[in-house]
Amino acid sequence: MSVYLEGVLALMGINILMALSVYAILTTDQLSLGNAGFMAIGAYVSSYLTVKSGVPLLPAILVAALASSIVGLLIGIPALRVKGIYLVMATLGFGEMVRTFFMNFEPTGGAYGFRGPSGATLPLIYGWVLVTIFLFWLLTRSRLGRSLDAVRDDPEVASTVGLHVTLLKIGVFGLGAFIAGVAGALYAHYMFYIESNNFNFLVSAMAVLFVILGGMQTFWGAVVGAIIFSILPEALRFMKDWRLSLYGAVLVSMMIFRPSGILTRETVRNLGERFTGIFRTTRS
Amino acid sequence: MLEVIEVSKNFGGLQALDCVKLHLEENRIYGLIGPNGAGKTTLFNLITGLLPVSGGSIQFQGQELTSLHPHQITRLGIARTFQNIRLFPTMTVLENVLVAQNIHTRSGITSIFEFKAQGDKRLRGEAETLLQQMGLWQKRKEIGSSLAYGEQRRLEIARALALEPSLLLLDEPAAGMNEAETEELLDRIQEIRNAGKTIFLIEHDMSVVMGICHYIYVLNFGKLIAQGTPEKIQANEAVIEAYLGREEA
Repeated sequence: MSVYLEGVLALMGINILMALSVYAILTTDQLSLGNAGFMAIGAYVSSYLTVKSGVPLLPAILVAALASSIVGLLIGIPALRVKGIYLVMATLGFGEMVRTFFMNFEPTGGAYGFRGPSGATLPLIYGWVLVTIFLFWLLTRSRLGRSLDAVRDDPEVASTVGLHVTLLKIGVFGLGAFIAGVAGALYAHYMFYIESNNFNFLVSAMAVLFVILGGMQTFWGAVVGAIIFSILPEALRFMKDWRLSLYGAVLVSMMIFRPSGILTRETVRNLGERFTGIFRTTRS
Repeated sequence: MLEVIEVSKNFGGLQALDCVKLHLEENRIYGLIGPNGAGKTTLFNLITGLLPVSGGSIQFQGQELTSLHPHQITRLGIARTFQNIRLFPTMTVLENVLVAQNIHTRSGITSIFEFKAQGDKRLRGEAETLLQQMGLWQKRKEIGSSLAYGEQRRLEIARALALEPSLLLLDEPAAGMNEAETEELLDRIQEIRNAGKTIFLIEHDMSVVMGICHYIYVLNFGKLIAQGTPEKIQANEAVIEAYLGREEA
């Protein structure tokens, strides 16, 4: 496999994880534009552990993701007080806060960046992708998944059928932050070098974009969106300077012609019935 | 079982409820009537914890409710339906009922690893019984909010019953139903009561209220203006005035 192709595939895997981290939080109708912040925490914590403390890669990824998850839970609590566009602004602010923190935090290199993490391979990245997809598949079919659907559909009614809406909303922040933390850790150990600017606002925005374009109704939408829109910029290379303009044009026309995204629950259900039943998202 | 003690509710300067006192006993059907804007739904929202009270106390089986969250109140055994039907719009008929059963079983993170859980089969059976009772089993795979109006009301009741409440609050259960559907609904409500539950219902249709309620409370402008058996309420001057207005001499 050429180095170029491997690089594209690796970033695609990390993009899938980032898209799923946004999707996790979106399951309760909360939009986070700060997931690059969680990614940065995962990247820096894991790198510090492997490079400076000599911790093996796998436990370092887990610890880093947990650290990110705890920050996610802490963010989730105040985030409950703000809804809609205000939540978007709050999470955006959080992402930038984390980025500037690492820009100035000397122990992890500050503005010079952090050199040295290594060891993430393509199989490792896709192992995490598969495990995460599998967990989402289980979640969708579980009682917990149904509770999350209820909270997304109507949080007030969800509370009157006995669901602890607050806990569920905070919980998915923790889950989303965990996944983004894993993505960050894998990114750092694949790239050998990280700097705070790797985790800027654009990374958060792209992750949200993957989900919107792929379809917000099912986690398969996030996966498909991340795959297609990771490959598209590469496939458009022949356009040279016009590449990003065309990319933008594709985004705009997607929103016009298929606003609900590439995959909806219905398409997934139909596909599922046509093939193995593995893709099925309904439980009844 | 339910004591509403001098409960008041203000929205800004508007006094929606003023020192309301109610007393509900077990295994009976209670009615709550009054003109539009009398504060009936507001009272339901206070009992279920969707709104905080401004003053007073609400006790259910001896437990104070006013400091509890809605999900805690539901878990104590109070379920409700809504005046403007509120089903979960993306869920099928069956899913609307199944989600309400989550309070009876472990539905946390561990639930994603249970493929064929022990309790699941029993709960599915109960969901089936409920939907059969409400005449919705054949439609279990349809999206709940795509059903006909009367069916949606019945589904909301099924969802509330799936919580296995001891007190069921029904907010205008017969609204929008034709006569035949209303008759059916009354039979269902009687059955639910015969199963040992207490029912507290808001209704505009007087034939419903007078036909099945054991005891009726009347609200007007946030104040309790009358209470008593259907016969007494029908003869009550204040009630007639509230509904028809005073005749100018």
